[in-house]
Amino acid sequence: MRIFDPHIHMTSRTTDDYEAMYAAGVRALVEPAFWLGQPRTSVGSFTDYFDALVGWERFRASQFGIAHHCTIALNPKEANDPRCAEVLDVLPRYLAKDGVVAVGEVGFDSMTVEEEKAFVRQLELAVEFELPAMVHTPHRDKEQGTRRTLELVAESGLAPGMVVVDHLNEVTVDQVDEAGCWMGFSIYPDTKMDEHRMVAILQRRGLDRVLINSAADWGRSDPLKTAKTGAAMLAAGFTEDDVDRVLWRNPIEFFGQSGRLLVDPDATDAASASADASATFEGNSILRGSRD
Amino acid sequence: MTEIRPLAEHDIIRDALDERAQAQWEAITAEVAEEPTRLGRTFPAAARKTGRGPLPGTDGVLVEDAVRVSLVQAAARSLEPAALLAELREVYRYGDNDEKRAVLHALSGAPEDLDGSDLLLDALRTNDTRLVAAAMGPHSDRLDDDAWRQGVLKCLFTGVPVTSVTGLARRADHRLAEMVQRYQREREAAGRDVPSDVQVVLDACRASLEQPEQHRQKDS
Repeated sequence: MRIFDPHIHMTSRTTDDYEAMYAAGVRALVEPAFWLGQPRTSVGSFTDYFDALVGWERFRASQFGIAHHCTIALNPKEANDPRCAEVLDVLPRYLAKDGVVAVGEVGFDSMTVEEEKAFVRQLELAVEFELPAMVHTPHRDKEQGTRRTLELVAESGLAPGMVVVDHLNEVTVDQVDEAGCWMGFSIYPDTKMDEHRMVAILQRRGLDRVLINSAADWGRSDPLKTAKTGAAMLAAGFTEDDVDRVLWRNPIEFFGQSGRLLVDPDATDAASASADASATFEGNSILRGSRD
Repeated sequence: MTEIRPLAEHDIIRDALDERAQAQWEAITAEVAEEPTRLGRTFPAAARKTGRGPLPGTDGVLVEDAVRVSLVQAAARSLEPAALLAELREVYRYGDNDEKRAVLHALSGAPEDLDGSDLLLDALRTNDTRLVAAAMGPHSDRLDDDAWRQGVLKCLFTGVPVTSVTGLARRADHRLAEMVQRYQREREAAGRDVPSDVQVVLDACRASLEQPEQHRQKDS
């Protein structure tokens, strides 16, 4: 099973996770820029974080045979803090980079005016930089948040096929499907979506435009949920090819629209073809545990 | 007005690129030659517009590094060293690690009167082995002895081959030997392998100490 996890926050994860993910078949991933749990108070805090996403974390992943990509954005929650609003001005520098495969996570948290303003501006940036957009849907009042999200996407001029609306559930999936956007599902230990409900949704509506992710972060989450969903699909009668399509070819198709992937779409050992796996030094500070 | 030595000859780079990539390379090179402040705008997309991976006919040079250094070379032709350095600092500051590495390679081909050692020190504070290796290239002759010795020790510590270190035979000295020996003792006390490069550095220190003083002066 080869796996491309289209949404996972590796900055918050350990090297044990990288090893377990590789063993489970993960060869590529996308790390969306998001809220760190502790609110930021300045633009500099964001730029250091973005630098880590295109720098250190990409290198760290490469040491474990995994091609690391990211998305860059001002997240909805911090869009409400006026001290962070100027982040929008530095985004173009990062959106031009290799391995930055979408604008995201954008969208709504509490459905405020400030959130909508940042969301609209960042959809414009996606159009300008010819990048897909990754849209977070709110934890609270998800249905209304999703509805307003789809209205703004339609107004933005960004093609629906360039947008993934994430963290969907049984209540929100159909409106996103009808809009022609990609559907993201975050498989969690107890919230959002689980692997068996996911299988039921796949049985009902098929595999088109579906992205399945672990969305693992600093909260209770599991970076192997993609592999576990693949196993649940096989147990339910889906074929190996079906699993490969959902867990590998679909994310390649969606993020490939960016032209910025750092992984060979046809690779069976994906990481060996990634730019960052070209580091040829044997042994390194991470694997040997030496940090100075 | 500043001459930057290329990482690979023009023909070697061109031969590695297909027709579309050659055209893109020519276009972005012309863009920075015309307006050198466009360097930072052309750097991020340079690899995906041209190519990446090992450059045939070279000793481990990457296509993307050679292309980016060629862009610096083109921009440098109409910039004074100080203006070029200011531009390189900007590109490095906002670059991803591939872009940062290319800046370090460009510095390695810079003339004597251009000192980008602050960027080398930044790279040596990271744990990205590719940046550490690039920082210890020819431009590392601008580092003072303390920083340079720490750089060599970091190479040993992070597994960067010391063949990446420029001037090892010339600069390796008694103090470096002592530092490396302490590192060796620490590894042995812990029952861990001692990297073979430890002996390479100690041998270089020994050879250096046996040379007459004037041969250990900084060469050009």
